[in-house]
Amino acid sequence: MTPPITDATGAPTQHTRRSYLGWLLGLCSAGVSAILAVPLIRFALYPLTAKTTETKWSDIGPSADFQEITTPIQRLINVEQVDGWRKQISDKVVYVTKTTGGETCVLSSVCPHLGCSVQWAVAQHQFVCPCHGATFGIDGARLGGPAPRAMDRLDSKVEADRLIVRYRYFRQLVPGKEVIG
Amino acid sequence: MNEPERGPAPKTGGLFHWFDQRTGIDEILRKSLDEPIPGGARFAYVFGSALLLVFISQVITGAFLALYYVPSADHAHTTVAYIMKQVSAGSFLRSIHAYGSSAMVILLLLHVTQTFLYGSYKGRRELLWLSGCVLFALALCMAFTGYLLPWDQKAYFATVVGTNIAGEIPFVGAWIKNAMRGGVDMGTLTLSRFFVAHVFLVPAAIFSFIALHVYMFRKAGAAGPIHEDPLTPKLPPETFYPRQVVIDALFALVIIAVLAVLSQFLPFDLGPKANPADTRYLPRPEWYYIPIFQYLRYWPSSLSFLGVVVIPGVVAFLFASLPFLDRRMERRPWKRPIAVGAYVFILLALFGLGAVSYRNDRLDPAFATQLLAQQKAAEEFSQQPFELEVSQTSLASSSAAPTDPLVVAGEKLYQAQSCGACHGDTGAGTAAAPKLAGIKTRFSAAALAALLRTPSAKMTAGGMTPVTLPDPDLAALIDYLNSLK
Repeated sequence: MTPPITDATGAPTQHTRRSYLGWLLGLCSAGVSAILAVPLIRFALYPLTAKTTETKWSDIGPSADFQEITTPIQRLINVEQVDGWRKQISDKVVYVTKTTGGETCVLSSVCPHLGCSVQWAVAQHQFVCPCHGATFGIDGARLGGPAPRAMDRLDSKVEADRLIVRYRYFRQLVPGKEVIG
Repeated sequence: MNEPERGPAPKTGGLFHWFDQRTGIDEILRKSLDEPIPGGARFAYVFGSALLLVFISQVITGAFLALYYVPSADHAHTTVAYIMKQVSAGSFLRSIHAYGSSAMVILLLLHVTQTFLYGSYKGRRELLWLSGCVLFALALCMAFTGYLLPWDQKAYFATVVGTNIAGEIPFVGAWIKNAMRGGVDMGTLTLSRFFVAHVFLVPAAIFSFIALHVYMFRKAGAAGPIHEDPLTPKLPPETFYPRQVVIDALFALVIIAVLAVLSQFLPFDLGPKANPADTRYLPRPEWYYIPIFQYLRYWPSSLSFLGVVVIPGVVAFLFASLPFLDRRMERRPWKRPIAVGAYVFILLALFGLGAVSYRNDRLDPAFATQLLAQQKAAEEFSQQPFELEVSQTSLASSSAAPTDPLVVAGEKLYQAQSCGACHGDTGAGTAAAPKLAGIKTRFSAAALAALLRTPSAKMTAGGMTPVTLPDPDLAALIDYLNSLK
């Protein structure tokens, strides 16, 4: 049918030449593919090298406002959470208060029991959860009731004379403080 | 099935032997690499494998892009901007994918032209040719559906025009148009439909037809040079491997290099998000659709049946049935004046139409300025830093919705007066008119009122009309404008 196939050269060394070329071609293709894979891998692994989810620091107010406080102050903060290409903006309630050492600290108002909003009871001079009656001291320490731990303290710092906080959610019903988002 | 193990494999190439016994890879490789090419390897035969290479590149880059892309009118543009501006190598990969579509069209034209001029469709190759025609159409479908996905101005308006053309078809046109759009107007359903076609349906069809096309090609055999007998080749053949493989690989390197350099140094642009209210936007399709776009302009709606359906239909039919019509075994182009003449005529006509379109756009001052403004807007948007999309579920505080009754009244007036058509729905600005958000910092209320009553010469030239509302309404409108951030 078809005439016998010969290489252009037809030399006796054909076999070794061809396999040498095969290795060379294979090696070159592997090299080029490896180079081309670099942008693909960088693209796919971008979330590992950059912060794609983060909670931005929220402003509470001038730090001077909280120097002399004797009872916790409730503040509404604007929380901006970045999630890939979108962000969620929400309002959260926090308490600015003092630790026993007199240091300013910021507490989440979410009860570590079942997540109700803890209130400052002026008359009792303690935090009281309206749902199941958990009580906490002025620094958020657990006093009584069903809560498994103290009120959750949030990361806060003073920057350019303003008190800022990073809002977090913590797992409920567990004795340890566990960040969940 | 239960063939017993035959002891240790031979020492030379043990692993390969093990693998070969289970897959028959050796024979497959031999068959594909030892494919005989009558008359020997040539540069002219590279386009088929180059198309396969670019298609595979499109599949890989497309799958990776889908890691971040969201096909919804709300998020498509944001996610593409995220890919372009934030994700590592995102601009590069998207550009490879976008330029890849142009590469596909160029290589398709070269592949078809080579096949046509060499008469390689002759000699029991009708089905090979037909499967190629289907692949051609599918590739154009991919280009058309993929173009919409970034949901920028260019994409949106080109698709408005594209689907409108389908609407020109008599009797069934409106139905087809609505089926493509998923409704009467373009919207998020259109995007979903185009996405599904682009990512699932058309690629599945392309895979099947590539398999068919390659099978038919191997069944018929390579046709060889123009003086070869396409049925019973007489020239001494050379195997596909090594020379043709090396030539194909070198051409592949050239394509990769061109795509990579273009994508790195001239990233594909992304314009501002689609604004359906922008009535001035001049839609222009991607370059390979420009000739068709120009051709369709010559047909008044009374003759659209002839221009949109009959003529392209006849041309496509004649093209597809070529191997049935041209049954002589003669392959030399100069001995086939009718076929080659018709092909060259169509190619020249397409080039000519494209040239006329570009020339018209350049010579008409109104078009030229608008197209330049659109180009500028796209470049500007590409330069701006990425802005995160505010999630709809945000419990955004009072700042989101205006509560001041005057501002609310002003917003209604803004909508009623169609200010948004040029300045954008929330005063964000478009290619046609500047943004109004933040105008408070540039003009006092009184100065703004005076400008709205009697626009400056520059504003009038840009298409701004004087506002003729009664004073209290004008005050409300200004309150609204000042509330825009």
